[in-house]
This record gives sequence, C-alpha cells and structure tokens, in this order.
Amino acid sequence: MVTDSAPAAPGRPMIQIIDLHKTFGEHKVLTGINLTIPEGSTCVILGGSGSGKTVLMKHMIGLLKPDHGQVIVDGEDIVPLGDAALEKMRRKFGMVFQAAALFDSMTVFENVAFPLREHRKEMSEEQVRQLVRAKLDLMGLPASVEGRYPADLSGGMRKRVGLARAVVLEPKIVLYDEPTTGLDPITTAYVDEMILAAQAKLKVTSVVISHDISSAFNVADYIAFLSKGVIVEFGPPEQLRESQHPVVRNFLETWFGKN
Amino acid sequence: MATENADKAPKEPHYLLQSIENFGKGAMRVISDIGGVTWLGFQVARWSARRPYRLHNLFAQLDFVGVGSVFIVALTGVFTGMVFAHQSSRAFELFDAESMVGPTVALTLTRELAPVFSALMVTMRAGSAMCTELGTMRVTEQVDALETMAVNPIQYLLVPRVLSGLIMVPVLTMLFNTTGMAGSYFVSVIAKGISAGTFLSRTQQWVDPIDLYEGLIKGAIFGLSVTLVCCYKGYNASGGAKGVGQATTQAMVASALSIFILDFFVGVMLH
Repeated sequence: MVTDSAPAAPGRPMIQIIDLHKTFGEHKVLTGINLTIPEGSTCVILGGSGSGKTVLMKHMIGLLKPDHGQVIVDGEDIVPLGDAALEKMRRKFGMVFQAAALFDSMTVFENVAFPLREHRKEMSEEQVRQLVRAKLDLMGLPASVEGRYPADLSGGMRKRVGLARAVVLEPKIVLYDEPTTGLDPITTAYVDEMILAAQAKLKVTSVVISHDISSAFNVADYIAFLSKGVIVEFGPPEQLRESQHPVVRNFLETWFGKN
Repeated sequence: MATENADKAPKEPHYLLQSIENFGKGAMRVISDIGGVTWLGFQVARWSARRPYRLHNLFAQLDFVGVGSVFIVALTGVFTGMVFAHQSSRAFELFDAESMVGPTVALTLTRELAPVFSALMVTMRAGSAMCTELGTMRVTEQVDALETMAVNPIQYLLVPRVLSGLIMVPVLTMLFNTTGMAGSYFVSVIAKGISAGTFLSRTQQWVDPIDLYEGLIKGAIFGLSVTLVCCYKGYNASGGAKGVGQATTQAMVASALSIFILDFFVGVMLH
C-alpha cells in the first residue's frame, strides 16, 4: 500500500506532484498529495465524489495555485509561474471536459480550428483546414459534421470533437475530466476506445479523472486512488485490485463484488 | 420529555436581530461586488494593452452593442424629445415663454437624458445578453476551456465587450441628442406653432458645446460601468440555468442603479 510517500512509476516523469496542499476556507481538500505520472502512460485518478479529483487536476494545469507544495510538469515547477509563463506552459496540455465544453456559438470546424487560429497564426487557412480534417478523421468523425453546431451532436460525438480540439495542437499531456460520467454503457465503451486510440496514435501522457471503476480498469496503465485529500494507493490496475486499504477495497467491491 | 426537548432546541433569533443581520449581509455583498467590479476594471485595462489585440472580436461587439442599438435608441430619443417638448410647452405657455422650449429640451437632453437613456437601453438590450452569454459559458465550462487552451478569457471575452460599451454609448448618446431634438422640433414648430427661427436661435444661444461634452463624458462612464457590471455578474455566475438567471437579474438592477448614482456624482464633479 502506498500512502503519503511519493508514489513512483518507471519512466521519465511527465507530471510530478510533491506534498500538495489546498484549502478552501475551512475545508481542506488536498492534504499532502504525492504523485508521479510517467511520460507516455495513462494514469487514472480514481476516487469518490468530493474527494478532490478535479481540484487536483486544476493544479496540474495551473488553474489553481496550491497553499503548499510543488507541481512539476515536464521538468518545470509551474507553481511560481506568472500569467504569461503559465499560458505558454498550458500549450503542453489538451483537456477534454466532462460535457465537452465546446463553444456553442461556433461550428465543429471552428471549435477544432480555434487553438490553431490562436496559437499557430503562421498557418494558412488551407493548412488549418487540412489539420482539422485530419484530427476529426482520427476521431472517426465524418466531414459532414464540420458545419454542424455542438447542440446538434450526440453526447459521444461532442466528446470526440472535444478530444479532436484537445489534441489539435499536438500536446504532450491530455487531461480527461470524468469522460464517461452520465453516458450509457455503449457510449462509455466507445469513449474508452477513443482514449486508448488517442494514446496509441499520439503517444501522449494521459491523465483521466474518474469515479467509473470499469472504465478506469479498461484504460489505465496506472491508477491513483484519492481519498480524503491524499493518494492512498498507486500502481497498475492489478495491484490496485489486490489492495488491502479499507477505503479502496470498499470502493472496488461495489463493482467487483457484483461481477 | 417533549417539553425538555423543546427547551433544548436553539432559540430563533429575534426578528430585529435577524433584520439587522440580513441588512449587514446585503451591505457586505454590495461592498464585495463593488470591489469585484473595480478589480475586473483593472484587469480589463491591463489585458486590453497586451497583444494579441483581436480586432475582429472588438468590431463584432461594436456592431452588437452600437449598431444593434441604433433603432431602439433613435426611437426612444424621438419620443423622449416629443414628450418633453409637449410638457414643457404647456408649462411655458402659462407665462408666454414658449421660445424657451427648444433650449430647455436641448439642455436636458444633452446633459442628462441622452446619456442616461442611451445607457439604460444598452443595458437592457446588450448588457442582459452579455451577462447571459458569459454566465452560460461559465457554467458549461467554456470559460475554463479557453483558459486550458492558453487563451486568457478576460482578454478574449471581456475586453471587447467593455471597450464596446466605452466607445458606443457616447456615440448612441449623440444619436439620442439628434433624434430627441428632431422630435422636439416636430412638436414645438409643426404641432405647437412655435416659430422655427425662434426655436433654433434660442437653442443655439443657450446650448454650449460644453453641454454636449458633459453628455459624452457621462455616456462613456455609463458605458464602462454597465458593461463592467454585466460582465462581472456573468463571468462569476454559478449554479446552472437558475444561477445564470439570477446573475442577469442582479446585473440589470445593479447596472441601472450604477447609472443613476454615477449620474449624480459625475454631474457634481463636472460643475
């Protein structure tokens, strides 16, 4: 069982979190997180509702500043960075939101082209068009969706457009915020495949925030179990399944106990 | 047993204490909002000076706030001028001073009514839309998405909206002045029979360019305040569709109040 000591995994660390603390008012959300995510792996951060998963992820991308601790991304501590340096650092990330967070005033094409038009101004409109088409192809989306608005798409299609937008700048790290929450089993399996396919084709480091045990075991190279503000278990899925930690066992039994 | 439990139950605070507490909480919320809007104003100023400038977004907002409000502001101006000319001519008739209708309407329009009414029209038409759009973007994580794509949401979303208010409300104020005076001319000269020469020469005699500047300065200040208030409320909305609705209601009330309060203080400061 791994508790407060920094859980480590083989390979060069892409994200390293050291003794991270965060409090909102009187509420201590993170109370000493230690976590190392190796380059090119898929790490699922598993935990119950309100365990601090989303807060942890927001620290990884610099949307929140910790009260104490370090967040090292690709060898650089991002905690002391100012606005401009943080913006530059964020270009290493792509993020897929729970409800996709597509811009509803823009078409699918404009959504996927948005990061390119903001950060690759040297690209011609034809190059943008080709790259957007390539990313939509990668996600299995036909050309006919390019002119449609997010409101006209199904939940699964929106997630795929969200992932196409997240990877269009070819980031080193892709973050998924509860990608399968609220989806039916078939769409959940489809999203899992999408995460695995993106991982295989793009060789990115993926961090998935989830409380979906089935999905976590499908996609993870490593699972970090978060409870009461600390990582109480970290390792490959088979190691987590053998965990003797009472909270982890209780959580996993809700799934494996029934199957 | 039941009596014992009733004795142990916490006493409800006296209604007077409750009222004082509620008043205090309300006052704290107002102070917090004023601080928040001021902070946002500084942030907008800071980010408006930084590259990239995104002129396309600015022109889209200028079109929405300014061009989109032309008809409603012009119509409001015409009827305000007509009503004011009609009422003031009835009053001036009592002591044979109808020649003062033109300057009275002109001074009131340029100094007060044009900037106040133009800003109110922009608040109702464009401010509410701004607040709702930003609030919806906030609760559906579109604002967070911008940040994760290394695009500053204050610079991308708020700067063009606030600048459009600052630029377009004075322009709409001038339009209001023009259409208001046209309405006033129609009622005074054509309907009431006041001599056109008297109407125009008296207006020219009493109205200085400084009166127009006063209205324009007020228009710019109101445009800044209403767009900042609406952007602040929308940008900080939470709690789903209900939260966005509440934020929009609060934005409308706060914007209208800010116009009237600022109108007094700016008027005093300019004189």
